[in-house]
Order: sequence, then structure tokens, then C-alpha cells
Amino acid sequence: MTASVFFGCTFIAFGPAIALFLFTIARDPLRVIFLIAGAFFWLCSLLLSSLVWFITVQISNKESSSQQKGLLIFGVVLSVLLQETCRFGYYKLLKKANEGLLMLSAEETMPISIRQLAYVSGLGFGFMSGAFSMVNILADSVGPGTTGIHGDSQHYFLSSAFMTMAIILLHMFWGVVFFDSCEKQHWWSLAVVVISHLLVSCLTFQNPQYVGSLVPTYIIVFLVGLWAFFCSGGSLRNLKLCLTCKDKDFLLANHRPR
Amino acid sequence: MLINRDVSKFVYILFIYLLLCNSVAQKIYVELNNTVPCVRLLNATHQIGCQSSISGDTGVIHVLESEADLEWPLSKGPNPPYMVLLESSLFTKSIMMKMKNASSRVAGVVVVPKTSPPEFSPHTTCPNENTGVYTETYDHNLAHCNTTVWNPRGNGLSYEEFDFPVFSLKEDNETEVIKQCYFDHNRVVNGSGLQYPLCAMQLFSHMHAVTDTATCMRRSSMDFSTSPVMVCDPLGGYNVCAFIRPYNSTAFGHKENESVVIAAARLDSKAFFLEDSTGAEGSVSGFVTLLAAAQALCEATQEAPRTRNILFAFFHGEVFDYIGSSRMVYDMKNNMFVIDLDNVHSILEIGQVKTCISINVWTYKCMDIRSNNNESVTNLVKNLQSSTAGLNFSFVETDFSQPLPPSSFQRFLRARAIPGIVLADHQTDFNNRYYESFYDNAAHLNLTYPSNLSPEEQLEFVTDTAKSLTEVATAVARTLFKQAGGNNSQVNKINADPKTVTQMLYGFLVRSNNSWFQVLGSSLRCVFCLSEPNPPQYYVGVAKSSHQANALTYLVQYLLANLTGTATNLTQSQCKKPDELPNESTYLYSYLWVQGMVPPNSTQRESFCVRTAVRLVKAVSPAFDLGDYVSKEYSTWTKSQWKFIKARIFLVASRDLEMLTLGVGVAVLFTSLLVTYFVSTKADVLFSSVREPNNAAY
Repeated sequence: MTASVFFGCTFIAFGPAIALFLFTIARDPLRVIFLIAGAFFWLCSLLLSSLVWFITVQISNKESSSQQKGLLIFGVVLSVLLQETCRFGYYKLLKKANEGLLMLSAEETMPISIRQLAYVSGLGFGFMSGAFSMVNILADSVGPGTTGIHGDSQHYFLSSAFMTMAIILLHMFWGVVFFDSCEKQHWWSLAVVVISHLLVSCLTFQNPQYVGSLVPTYIIVFLVGLWAFFCSGGSLRNLKLCLTCKDKDFLLANHRPR
Repeated sequence: MLINRDVSKFVYILFIYLLLCNSVAQKIYVELNNTVPCVRLLNATHQIGCQSSISGDTGVIHVLESEADLEWPLSKGPNPPYMVLLESSLFTKSIMMKMKNASSRVAGVVVVPKTSPPEFSPHTTCPNENTGVYTETYDHNLAHCNTTVWNPRGNGLSYEEFDFPVFSLKEDNETEVIKQCYFDHNRVVNGSGLQYPLCAMQLFSHMHAVTDTATCMRRSSMDFSTSPVMVCDPLGGYNVCAFIRPYNSTAFGHKENESVVIAAARLDSKAFFLEDSTGAEGSVSGFVTLLAAAQALCEATQEAPRTRNILFAFFHGEVFDYIGSSRMVYDMKNNMFVIDLDNVHSILEIGQVKTCISINVWTYKCMDIRSNNNESVTNLVKNLQSSTAGLNFSFVETDFSQPLPPSSFQRFLRARAIPGIVLADHQTDFNNRYYESFYDNAAHLNLTYPSNLSPEEQLEFVTDTAKSLTEVATAVARTLFKQAGGNNSQVNKINADPKTVTQMLYGFLVRSNNSWFQVLGSSLRCVFCLSEPNPPQYYVGVAKSSHQANALTYLVQYLLANLTGTATNLTQSQCKKPDELPNESTYLYSYLWVQGMVPPNSTQRESFCVRTAVRLVKAVSPAFDLGDYVSKEYSTWTKSQWKFIKARIFLVASRDLEMLTLGVGVAVLFTSLLVTYFVSTKADVLFSSVREPNNAAY
């Protein structure tokens, strides 16, 4: 629509991701590298799924709309499965790399823990996924017009931005849970991650009823976020301590030499 | 700098390609494809036409219903600026001037041509007043149309300057889409406010040139890189010339003992929207008559030699201060043409001829008693009057006090007092109600065909207009024959062919993609044998440096070649290089390869080579050769260049929604920054319950 919509949607979609990057990743070059590598792995999964999509669309009957709709559903499911496969592949690669890094480095301890790697890789996936979802839409939001002349909803830009924000956060949480369940060999929680990813992607078929897709998505974001919080070492007690500012005492009490 | 420009052009094209292939953009914009813009023209002192800002002008669409409805976009409407949509009946000077004065609230104007208004002429009241023969120094009473105002209906709209874009829509489907969008979103319901989102339109027609010709030519030449960027282009084209007895085309200057009668007509016309020029009565009637006269004369004069030669001259660019005729006079004066002014015996010009009850004869009475021009003129008029024997009309000589109407003859008179006459159908001011406007079309010339005819049958059908013009052509041909010293007994055998005239009128005004034009046309210069069914563009266009003329010039050239030339047996390769053959000469003739007919039993056309004396002579104003861009003597018209011209419609959201989006975005950003800061500083505490024994780095 105009520059204000462009900036508004950019901040909505990428605000949390930018904040996370600035405060937790930007200072450590190793984390930046693993973030970009994670983004690259997501890009690989996109390349594979788009190749399959392109071939199947060329083969299919372009006139039949039910076939096209079925093809779209197939494409979405395939893409989700490929993303999770690439996430697993990245996990395997990181495990191997960690052993190698430990052998090479002079210190006794690993420079970066697997939990941090989980978070960083999830965020990398989220960045790239968000970029591909949103950049096209942002480029057109700069112009003077808004959607609607052919009957689409007016809130297309806003809801795309909110959806992208949800997807980025979800990728980050899924990364944490995925790596954690791979470490602990909890295969059922792996399955839950994949199923929740499929669920969120399929919820987008509700569009343009944006309420029907955004509200359940944010519920899922909240739930998966909680799960990731508990997976990565959080607990209700810690949260209460933080919020009531009693954390300094706790640290002093549990102080350990590093 | 060259590389930068190419790179930026490439990036720009990629951007546009991505934008167009983008499905999000397709959700937002509806591109309007068949639009005709009003562009900027410049001359020695002014700039005229329309201009948009460089990133387009956006306005909320408002369909104007009457002149009183103008209050809404100009003062009452709450969402300026507005894009005003007009029907052709409301496209008047008073409405346009009101919008021009309130241009901060008007983003642009879109005109939808529908029914013809009763009269409309956007040209000035006194066409070409500064470049004719009647100047202040010549006679104060006759200058600036003090005696006769030629175009009293003229409102001068074409010569106004607007700083918002003005477009014209051609196709009706797109107009329906726009009106539907307007009715769905922009209508005021029961006096309540308008609901966002509103339907808006954006027009891009940014013109590079400003101020006047001298400024833009100076700016064009200031660029010192290897490929100079032109900001404006001079108008011009080609004149079509044919001698009955051709001369060696490389020998310029005076020809001893040669006396030539020039038969002239004008080719071009214009309208407010330049690409929509039609000019049926203004120019087509004149040159079609001359073409038919040329055909009649050439058929009759195969055997008999004559004392004087005849030059058929079709001048281009006459609307813009006589570009074609001033160029020919300049060439003649400077020995750059095969004859010079001393060789010219007299001039006969065909002006606007529509009705045929009586054609008025305008003569120029020379004040100088030393010359014997008055006698020559009297002879010419006598020849003319006698040529109408047996025809259904007559020539009427106009009153002595009337000056000549605007015509190419005036440029010759400016150089030398040559006897001549101008034929036109008006006695004082123009009869043409639509002089130089879009409505001067086939309907205005009363070209009506019975409704049950196919296009091919319409081509052959002889309309009444064609019959009248045939008679005029016959009279003109006979007059020319007698002027050239032909035998009086042969005169009555000269007759113009009504079938040729009606086919020409059909081709020039209704459909140029017809079988006759295709037969006579060229397969190489396929500008008019394409699928374009519409009549060609009559506006003169810019003078291209690549020796390419526009479609109208080629049409007239090939027609004249076929009507006055002879078919030969040469093959295509011989036609390209005929000098090798003993009897052919490219000095005297030009050889054109013509498509020919498709015989009934095959699909291949039988093309052939035509030997003709028709030549294209460059018609660019001498001011550009002399470098005198402020010339008062010659035409200095140029057309601005532009990057792209397009139009699109879309919905606009309210300012409140946009600000809300921005506010929410900023709020989300700040909230996430705060939360992240909080979490990252307390990370030790928050994520402390599971400690791994061997890797405790955080």
C-alpha cells in the first residue's frame, strides 16, 4: 500500500526474529555461522520440494481445478516432510561436526552446546522460511494499491505478516524440541513435531478466513513454545524466580566455579 | 556510464518482469493496456500537452456526470486528489480549464470517447497563423485571421499545457471494469461518507523535455558519451513526390526550359490525443482526390507529350507549421531538389473537399503589377471552370477580399509570388465541425455502407462520397492536363475511377487491412499488411534517422506507384538492382516490389516489380538543419521523449489502516526487543534446571 504498510508488516513479521538475532546471536560468530548453515539447509529442502512440484505441475492437467487443489495439498505435505528431513540431516551433521571441533580445539569443553545449536538452527530455518514467505508480499506492499479489486480480503498483508511471525517462532521452537528428542531418542516427540508442522501448514488452507487459520496457529505457537521452554531447561520455579526478581539470590546460592 | 546505464536498464526490466509475473501484484493491480496518452510537444516558445510526475499520479476515480458534478472533485470531495473520468461530451474547454486551475486536487483525467458531440475542434481558431504568407509585414489586415477566422469552433485545447496526465481509453472492456470498480466502491450512498477501500487509478506519462525546443535540444546534445541521450525528437517524415516525366534524381537545381505545374495535397492531421488522429475531411479527402486525379491523368497521358511537367506532391507535417512544404521550398531555394522555384509555373492545391455541390476556388491576387501572374491565374481558373463540363458540380471563385485558407501553397508564396489556386468546400470559414479532432472520421465523411455487406463487399461498394470525390478528381485531372499544355480534344476522355476512390476511402478510413491494399502493398515493408485492422495513424510522428517512414507514407507511396507506374517483368533480385539491365535506370525511376494478388488456384502471391517515378523526399523542418531552434520562419516542433507510459487501477486503503499497521509493527518490534533482552539476561536462571555434566558453557 505504502511505505508505512511496508515497514509495519516487516516489523510484525521479522520483529521477534530480529530481536533474537541482535541479542543472542550477533555477538558470537560461531552462532552466526551455524545460523546461516541452518538457513541453507532449509533452502535445500525448498529446492527439492520445488523441483518435485514443478515436475508434477507440468505433468498434471492444468485445466482441472480439483486436480490442482489436490496437487497443492500434496505439495504442502511433501514440503513439510522434506523440511523435517533436512532438519534431521542437519542434526546428524552437527553431531559429527561437534566431535570434530572438539578434537581440533585446544579447550576441553565444546565451544557451543547442542542445545544452543538446536536454538540457532531452528532460528536459521525460521529466518529463511520467513524470508521466502514474506519478501514477495513486502515488495508489492510498497506500491500505492492494496489487495481487493478481484474480491480478495483487504487484510492480506497484515495476516501474511502475522502468519510469518508465527512460522518463524515455530521453527525456532521445533528446532529445540527436535534436537532434544533426537538426543534423548524420544521418537514419539519427533513425530509430534512433524505432525504439528503439518497441522500448521494445513491450517493455512483456511485462508482467506484468516481468523480460522491465525487463531489456531497462535495457540499451537504458545503450546510448542511452552514445550520448548521445558525441554531447554526451564521450569515454573525458574520463571517465578525471574519474575519476582529473586534470581540474584538463586545464582549466588548455586554458584559454581566455571 | 554506459555500463551503469545498461545495468540499470537490465535491473529495471527485471524488476518490471518480476512485478508482472508476480501473483501478488496480480491480486492488487489491473493493468490497462489500450490507452492513448496526451504527450508533450514543444516549439520555439512554448510547451504544450500533458505531464505526469515521475512516479505516476494516483487519484481516487470519480466518474463525472455533468459540469455541475465538477464540484465534487474540485472542492467538496473528502479524498483528494481525484482521477476524473469523462465521457466525450463533457470533454470541453471549460471543464478542462476548471480542472487545470484546481490541479492540486486533480491527479489526472481519463477521456472515454463515446458519441460525437455536435461540434468539437481542439485546434486553434487560426491554424498556422505565424508561418503562412499573411504576416504582419505583408498586410496587417490579413494577418492573424483579422479578416476571416478559419476555425471559429476551435477551442485551442490541443495547445494548452496541463500538469496532470490526460489519457484516452480505447477499448470498451476496460472501461467497463473501471466503471464497475467505481460503482462497487466509490459511490456515495445516501449522503454518508465514502467507505474505504476506494477504487483508484495511477497514470504514468512522465515527459523528459521541458520549456521549449531550444532548451531540450541543448540538453540532448550536452551528453558527451558515445550514445547520446535525446530528450526530444523533431517532428517530420517524408513527402511523397512523383513527376509525370521524371528527371535525373541526382541532378539538383534549375532545369533549363522546364516548366512544372505542382499539384499538392496534405497528408497529415492531428487530434488532442496524437495517436488517435483521423482527419477524414481535413486531409484524407484531399489526398485521395489527388491520387485519383493522378491515376486518371497517367492513363491518359501515355501517348501525348506535353509542354509542361506535372509534379504530384503530398506534403507531410503540414499541421505543425508546414513542415513538408517549407522543407520543399527550402530545398528548391538551395538547389537541393531536382527543380527550383524558377521552374514552377503554377500550383493547384486540393484542400478540404467533402461536399460537392460547389467547390470554392481560392486564388491569390498578386499586388505586384510587374509580374504577369494575374494573367496566369486567370488562365488557370478558366481551365478549371471548363473542366467541369458534364459533371455535377461547379467551381465558384471566392470573393477578392478573402485571403487564402491555411494551405501548403502559402509557403510557396512566402518565397515567391507564384500563381496558383486552392480548392476547398468552404466559402469563408471551415465547414468542418471537427477540424483536427478525433471525430473527423469515416462517419463524418458520410461513408455509410449497407449493413449486410461483408468487409470485402464494403471495399467494392461505391458510396456517394466516393462519387462526389471522383467528380472533383476528374475535374482536377482535366485542369492539370490543360495546364500542362495538353490537347483540348483529348480532355473529355480523362475520367477518374470511382472504384479506386471508394477503395481508397475504405482503406484509409475504415479498414486498412483489406485485400486491395494487400495486393498493392509491399511484403518487405510490412507495416500495413499486419493484422492491424484500424486505419493508419495520420499524425506525422518523429523524423526517424533510420530512413523509416510511417505507415501512412508507405501506403500513399505504394498506391501512387501502382496507380501511376508500370508493371514490369523483372524478378525480385533484378528489382533490387535494375541498373544492370539496359532499359532501366534508378536515376529516373524507383523500383518497388509489390505483393500482388493470390490467383484462384494457388496460395502464393504473384508478386511483381513496379517501375515508378514516385520518390520519398525527406520532410524535416529546415530549422533543425540550420540549428536555429527559435526560428520564426520555419517550424520548430519537437516531441518529448519518455521512458514508459502506462495506466493501472487498484484499491487504496484508508490512511488510518496504514498507520495502524505501522503502529502495530513498531509495537511488536519493541515488545520483542524488550522480552528478548529480559530473557537473554536472565537465561542463566531460566534454563538452569538441567545441567549437563560435561558441557557447561552458556
